[in-house]
Amino acid sequence: MNQRILILSALLALSSSLSATEMGEKMPACEIMQITDTQRLELRQLGNKVLYVDFWASWCPPCAQSFPFMNELSRDFKDKGLQVLGINMDQSTEDTKAFLAKYPAHFPVGTDIDENCAKNFAIKAMPSSFLIDRKGVIRYTHLGFRADDTKDIRALIEQLITETPTLQ
Amino acid sequence: MKIPQTLLFAIVLALIISTAGCTPVAPWQRGTLAKPQMAPDPFPARNTYQAHIYNSREATTGMNSAGGGGCGCN
Repeated sequence: MNQRILILSALLALSSSLSATEMGEKMPACEIMQITDTQRLELRQLGNKVLYVDFWASWCPPCAQSFPFMNELSRDFKDKGLQVLGINMDQSTEDTKAFLAKYPAHFPVGTDIDENCAKNFAIKAMPSSFLIDRKGVIRYTHLGFRADDTKDIRALIEQLITETPTLQ
Repeated sequence: MKIPQTLLFAIVLALIISTAGCTPVAPWQRGTLAKPQMAPDPFPARNTYQAHIYNSREATTGMNSAGGGGCGCN
């Protein structure tokens, strides 16, 4: 009977959800298709840049609130080594276009091919944003959008862009 | 009544397999659920006012969170 209990426990463990992406982990594989030119882009190939990756959808009101902030980030830190990327999770491209016409994005926006990015990043809420350092390590994750948190995010970005990756 | 261990094992196994089959809707797949017409109360503002007026006119509170003393002022 003990053996059976062990088997059942193992099955139960397997049936539970897999681990989520956490701070301190390496950025998972994520390939997006850019909306503007339909070019494919693998985030890990962006190299020596600090990444601000934001998962959003047109039906999510906090996502709309976050766009002016992300435009500010791109404007203020792009030349210093920050790349802001929006990953759209809409099921309808018409919805995406209508949203972007209303809330223009001054940073690259792509769609998640086969939902692989969302699955690999283990997205738990919309919007979700990730700050990834120059070594490709996730340093900060944020669920939702709150204007009160923007100061802290900016401070962290300023810290990350000044960090120099050590050669391995 | 004593349930045979084999039957118990089979029941628990079936439960575990069926649990794994329950797939939650992923956060990024909730576009349809987020539509206003999918809300349990499609007109929250209108219904809140109606409840307030009802409570005030009835000089009572009940079934709603809004208080009412008959004056229509709260």
